[in-house]
Amino acid sequence: MKNITQTLIFFLLLILIWAGITGDLSFMGLHCTLWSPYVLPSPSLVAQYLWDNTVNGKLPLSMLITLRRLLIGYVIGLVIGVPLGMLAARFRMVRNTVGVLGLGFQGLPSVCWVPLACIWFGQTEAALLFVVIMGTLWSVLLSTENGIRNVPPIYARAARTMGSSPMHTLLFVTLPASAPFVVSGMKQGWAFAWRSLMAAEIYVSVISGFGIGQYLHYGRELQRMHQVVGVMFIIILVGLLADKLLFSPAEVWLHRRWGTARD
Amino acid sequence: MTDSATHPELHDFPTARLSVEHVTKTFTTQGGTVVALQDVSISIREGEFVCFVGPSGCGKSTLLNIIAGLEKPDSGKALINGSPITEPGRDRLVMFQEHALFPWLDVIGNVMFGLKQKPNLNNRERLEVAKYYLYLVKMDNFAHANIHELSGGMKQRVALARSLAPNPKILLMDEPFSALDAMTREQLYGDIQDIWQKRKKTIIFVTHNVREAVCLGDRVLLFTPHPGRIREEFKVPLPRPRNINDHDLADLSQRITAALKGYHQAGECD
Ligand SMILES: Nc1ncnc2c1ncn2[C@@H]1O[C@H](COP(=O)(O)OP(=O)(O)OP(=O)(O)O)[C@@H](O)[C@H]1O
Ligand SMILES: [Mg+2]
Repeated sequence: MKNITQTLIFFLLLILIWAGITGDLSFMGLHCTLWSPYVLPSPSLVAQYLWDNTVNGKLPLSMLITLRRLLIGYVIGLVIGVPLGMLAARFRMVRNTVGVLGLGFQGLPSVCWVPLACIWFGQTEAALLFVVIMGTLWSVLLSTENGIRNVPPIYARAARTMGSSPMHTLLFVTLPASAPFVVSGMKQGWAFAWRSLMAAEIYVSVISGFGIGQYLHYGRELQRMHQVVGVMFIIILVGLLADKLLFSPAEVWLHRRWGTARD
Repeated sequence: MTDSATHPELHDFPTARLSVEHVTKTFTTQGGTVVALQDVSISIREGEFVCFVGPSGCGKSTLLNIIAGLEKPDSGKALINGSPITEPGRDRLVMFQEHALFPWLDVIGNVMFGLKQKPNLNNRERLEVAKYYLYLVKMDNFAHANIHELSGGMKQRVALARSLAPNPKILLMDEPFSALDAMTREQLYGDIQDIWQKRKKTIIFVTHNVREAVCLGDRVLLFTPHPGRIREEFKVPLPRPRNINDHDLADLSQRITAALKGYHQAGECD
């Protein structure tokens, strides 16, 4: 309870200051407007924008489009990344080839894929997905490999003496044993996927659907800064919600089971 | 859950005789070649409790791993009931020095792990069997505890239940109590003898502690290193259950310790 109160008070203060310097608050009939709304829109303008466009359904629709892209790309990234990571941990050959490739590509911000993606796939959903997958795949691959290589070999030995086949050992011993690493890799992969998708949507306009990032882009083009700030809010919100709803429960469970410290 | 658990699985007492014939095993590392075992032969009766003692590096764990099927000898062979051991199997379970319990499972989940590999049991029966063994090691009140919440001694109790649950013929214990304090160990000496008598297993127990070996074993085999060999064998004709503090143990313990020192001073150990 105390945590939530602290957080709430902090954010209320921030909004008050923001409202104070953008002319939303009046003090004895005086407004303080340090910046014009083109530079920094006031909270009321932003709130008005968010409200109107939620009610008329535009924002929810674009949210849906964006989240769909994010989820599909992320899941494909996981489905390729986790098994590749397992192979890289198991076979030196894979580690020396795909593993090194992953290390290289992980250091490449995924926006850098946008120009190529546009040429390969045109202004299509596929181009966006490709960028998201490139953002997810490598970090998931590397953390899975790292996780599996950190599993104490004694677990697999114990399992084998209990009659567990090599495949069973991989799926039911090595993989769960590496879960703390894999989950943190999945979380990092999610963060990368989200960033890459926003970058891609800002650069690439796709006729098949108008995503959140594209609203940000047009807000800038049309100098509608309240739109830009409103969309930024939404992007932050999605990030926070994903963390709280998807990853926090998994992490809490892991910490409780493994007994690793967390306050 | 009580002693009168009914499942037929619990009234089956498989044991096995074990023989090791002329086993040699060397390890080659950057530092050179180590002869971990040289021409080692032993034969162990059904239901016998045998202890391996000897200084560090004399091949005790290596021999245990060969019997477990986790390691292959360079020459010679290990046989269970006359048939050669080629790979790990449920009939020979190992209890390691480190507990090796799986932290992603709770206590009962760990005990169930080996049982799940066993065909011919449904899940309800597996649960019944798992609960029985937790009761046997006095951990039935902790079935749903997480592993990290247990003390070292409790972890080894759970590890013991996990090794017993699939009802192996042979239990291989590699210094299972060496990380525990004296009080906890004393309790476990009693419990392990009790369980051995109830479940009639063939047990091989590795230890550094001569008194522990005399307390538990029907027979104590003394190993010496470089190359790893079995040098002497001591029968322990004392009545059971034995207590580690019994005076009866002192005499034999002293003789074994003296033998160990003798080999040591002869420069055969380092
Ligand atoms: N995997 C391995 N690779 C290289 N050398 C090994 C390996 N396993 C064992 N050895 C060597 O073989 C010898 C016997 O080892 P082993 O572990 O069987 O000894 P031990 O009697 O169990 O010793 P301790 O009482 O310290 O556990 C040692 O010299 C050890 O260094
Ligand atoms: Mg050893």
